[in-house]
Amino acid sequence: MIHKFKFKDIFLVLDINSGAVHVVDEEVFNLLDGLENSTAEKALQKFSLVKSTAAKEASQLVEQEMLFTDDSYITDKMKNNEDSVVKAMCLHIAHDCNMMCTYCFGEQGTFAGSKCLMSLEVGMKAIDYLIANSGSRRNLEIDFFGGEPLMNFEVVKKLVDYGREQEKLFNKKIRFTITTNGLLLDDEKTEYINQTMDNVILSIDGRPEVNDNMSIDGRPEVNDNMRKTVNGSPTYDVITKNYLNFVKKREGLYYVRGTFTRNNLDFAKDIEHLVNLGFSNVSVEPVVTDLKQPYALQETDRDKIFEEYDRLTDLYMEKMNKGEAFDFFHFNVDLEQGPCIVKRLSGCGAGTEYLAISPEGDIYPCHQFVGNKDFYIGNLFDMEIINKQRDKFLNASIYNKEDCRNCWAKFYCSGGCHANAINISGDINKPYKLGCDLEKKRLECAVGIYAKTME
Amino acid sequence: MEKIKTIARPTLKTTACDAGCKECQTSCQSACKTSCTVANQKCENAKRR
Repeated sequence: MIHKFKFKDIFLVLDINSGAVHVVDEEVFNLLDGLENSTAEKALQKFSLVKSTAAKEASQLVEQEMLFTDDSYITDKMKNNEDSVVKAMCLHIAHDCNMMCTYCFGEQGTFAGSKCLMSLEVGMKAIDYLIANSGSRRNLEIDFFGGEPLMNFEVVKKLVDYGREQEKLFNKKIRFTITTNGLLLDDEKTEYINQTMDNVILSIDGRPEVNDNMSIDGRPEVNDNMRKTVNGSPTYDVITKNYLNFVKKREGLYYVRGTFTRNNLDFAKDIEHLVNLGFSNVSVEPVVTDLKQPYALQETDRDKIFEEYDRLTDLYMEKMNKGEAFDFFHFNVDLEQGPCIVKRLSGCGAGTEYLAISPEGDIYPCHQFVGNKDFYIGNLFDMEIINKQRDKFLNASIYNKEDCRNCWAKFYCSGGCHANAINISGDINKPYKLGCDLEKKRLECAVGIYAKTME
Repeated sequence: MEKIKTIARPTLKTTACDAGCKECQTSCQSACKTSCTVANQKCENAKRR
């Protein structure tokens, strides 16, 4: 399988099963027309009929297993993920929030339940569960999520201390991350987060690092349309001030993280705004919601969104060429040292290696499913796990999804977001089509940018 | 080659094994939280790197 596309003035060919990426000239590009799903044998047959340097070089790549490689090296054992290890947890440290974001998938922080803060006891139990079920995995991850985690910050601090004790006892390395809306991000919390959640500081050779996610959508009129306080007040001024203060003191990794909706299909302007404010690390993603919401992205928005990713690519490259490069999360693609093929087959890990814990200690496949009784797995204090849930997620790998099996993006995307699939199609094995299209567009941008930097 | 330049080597097959070490970061623990792009992650297996 190959995927070929034009990016600006260059022609790119991806050999899907090997991971190789080639820049080719127009003659080679045209020679490959109609061969996207061809086998190596059929491709060589076609090339043998063409007496040209293009055909000769393409044939050489096939012989070197860098073009039209097959996936026979992927065994059934790899495809059938039976790994029972848990290595990452999302702790819903607060089912309460001091904001009322319109598009919140967590029902404004309570996830369809009552307001609740996670107790220290529940949090410690969650850490114990993670370590006990992590097998031989050394790198573990704990994310403090919500609601708004800073509303329960004392428990966050105690859980970090507890985690640090336990990781020594059990030879683990816990990477802590936290998501915040910024309203409570004062100097004291800034200092604590910078001191305690940056794993780069803990690691001599610079391996694990901590992401701080901050939620801000860009321009004031966009941000305040969707992200208001509980009494309806705008938040932009307060949170930009707090965030700029935070990043000024930050040595570790952070991302300013926004969401775009139908209300701001011109989201490249929001990214530019954030960058011009002084944020060097930006992630802006499409909203996850049901299609009935007025701000939900629709199929008819596809072309507009594609154009916007093109504008974003131009902005990204313009800044890079001026020496003002910024990090846009989805343009980061390590084409040679990314995850191994086994990881790429299994996908996001929700429901298997990644679990979410509610303040009450209820276990769910991920943060998107918390509060959804159909996906309840069990409770930390009552360990009768409903195995059917686990199997459903274990089996949701790309070779078990009809749409993924023959998709060129399968080893980059790894099957998409399960919550998106269930929200839109009701079937975990049927990915959300618009989500797939946007993912493929972002990948083309990312690979194209990479190719341009290699010129 | 004069018409083809390889800018990323074919490394996927070399990573094949019965079970990956799974030391890499879970994708939703990073910035994205929703759109699951495993390709944005890095391999954290010191032996492989």
